[in-house]
Amino acid sequence: MKRELTWWSKKRSKELTWKIFVYILLGGGSIIFLIPLFWMFSTALKEETQVFAYPPQWIPSPAVWENFPRALTSVPFIIFYKNSFVISASCILGAILTAPLVAYGFARLRFPGRGLLFLILLSSMMLPYHVTLIPLFIIYRYLGWIDTFKPLIIPFFFGGAPFFIFLLRQYYMTIPLELDDAARIDGCSEFGIYSRIMLPLSKPVLMVVVIFTFMWNWNDFLGPLIYLRGIEKMTVALGLNFFQSTRYGTKMTLLMAASFTAIIPCMLLFFFGQKYFLRGITLTGSKG
Amino acid sequence: MKQSRKKALLGYMFICPWLLGFLFFWLGPLGFSSYISFTRWTVYGQATFTGFSNYIKIFTDDPLFLQALKVTSLYVSGSIPLILMVSLLVAVLLNEKIKGLSFFRTVYYLPTVMTGISVALLWMWIFNPEFGIMNSLLEICFNLKGPKWLASTTWALPALIIMSLWGIGSPMLIFLAGLQGIPDRLYEAAEIDGATRWSKFRNITVPMISPIILFNLIMGIISAFQVFTQAYIMTAGGPHYATLFYVLYLYKNGFQWFKMGYAAALALILFVVILVAALIILRSSRGWVYYESKLGGV
Repeated sequence: MKRELTWWSKKRSKELTWKIFVYILLGGGSIIFLIPLFWMFSTALKEETQVFAYPPQWIPSPAVWENFPRALTSVPFIIFYKNSFVISASCILGAILTAPLVAYGFARLRFPGRGLLFLILLSSMMLPYHVTLIPLFIIYRYLGWIDTFKPLIIPFFFGGAPFFIFLLRQYYMTIPLELDDAARIDGCSEFGIYSRIMLPLSKPVLMVVVIFTFMWNWNDFLGPLIYLRGIEKMTVALGLNFFQSTRYGTKMTLLMAASFTAIIPCMLLFFFGQKYFLRGITLTGSKG
Repeated sequence: MKQSRKKALLGYMFICPWLLGFLFFWLGPLGFSSYISFTRWTVYGQATFTGFSNYIKIFTDDPLFLQALKVTSLYVSGSIPLILMVSLLVAVLLNEKIKGLSFFRTVYYLPTVMTGISVALLWMWIFNPEFGIMNSLLEICFNLKGPKWLASTTWALPALIIMSLWGIGSPMLIFLAGLQGIPDRLYEAAEIDGATRWSKFRNITVPMISPIILFNLIMGIISAFQVFTQAYIMTAGGPHYATLFYVLYLYKNGFQWFKMGYAAALALILFVVILVAALIILRSSRGWVYYESKLGGV
């Protein structure tokens, strides 16, 4: 009895040491991961002279909140934000209208070549986007789409992205077929089943589509760099690059203020849509 | 008969947005790209068919192509193993039953949400040799004089690799999902046999998530081959081509030097390189990836 107790308490104390060790590792790692962000925010609030202080000042005093309006008004960031939102919103619309449609086709309807086509869709997820950069640019130029949002938006109206179709199809596969059959007996058409039953059921996955589409477009740099020319057409990503080359942008405080502002929409979206986010990512990995 | 044909037609109607998109934005351009790669095509001029000359030049007379390939491969072989190890470590720690999990998960995932130019600008400032936080911390904590990072031919690429570690969020979450799928009974059985923590990790965890390691490895390689924004913003390929990433070189050829034919050839070669790398890894994976279902379970 006594021996057993000491064994037990030994195990307990070992368990405790391990837990403390885990906390120290995770906590230390968290600090390392948060330092860059904190540094960005702190630089954004500094006076230009404080930037060059040694040792570095972590908490700026006084905090210069005016850096934010100064950075955002020195180049037309309002227009850049508007452009980025217009592009992202249009892409989201395109993806939401078409991705579930295609996914439903793959999940529920039988037609010759379905397996092969789905395999092609899966492998196209791995195609690097740069392979078609040059031919697409030439085609879009021929169509007169350069310096418009069309090259950035229109592809999203063709099924969004293969990844979304895959995600939604996996989800539809988990919905019991009895649901369709019941609706069919009630005289519902195939499109009716899709739009009245499947689409409303897939709201959580559609949220994943919305969030990812927004992120991709918000952060995309190469696409806008190639297709957009005029200042009035620039996205936030391009605008930041442009800002960097101006007289104001060489000031680290203003540059960090502008950069920090640019990540806020993504951060907000992440905090509010966290559970959808995690679902989207884990679905990809576990069922790939 | 008629009914099933109608059904098939309906199926095609449902998938037609993707099918058309695939033809217009992937297959068509891919074919067109092969044609372009056999021509000399400055954007505003005419295309002249030149046969294999672009490819011959790339493989025999283009030191920058070799440099771009070298830089990209170095980056891939430096950052991918590190990312996989760190993200697996964090995932294992986050799989412990401790308090504050959702806080930690958020912290480690947050940087992944903010890729792109803001992050590139931020890290440029972090790596600033005189006033950046990296060298200040090195000096304060270890009394080391830090290198010139992005301005140094030796340290520019390592700097970008360090920066890439900030973005372990996605592989970490995928690992975490995999870890949560490992049945507890395996660990319990090992505990009865008196297995240590390390041997449990080595003999249960690693084999059980090896398919996920493979998945993360392939996805990581594909995305690492496509690095562009960091290189374009932070170093512009310099100093002395030390960070001339492949896609940056492709971009310069196509959109700065307007050698569309040449850039198209480069893009197709990139495609083949990625494909071959993925196939080699898939082949080799038969030796180290354990599929429970294929072997009939434990």
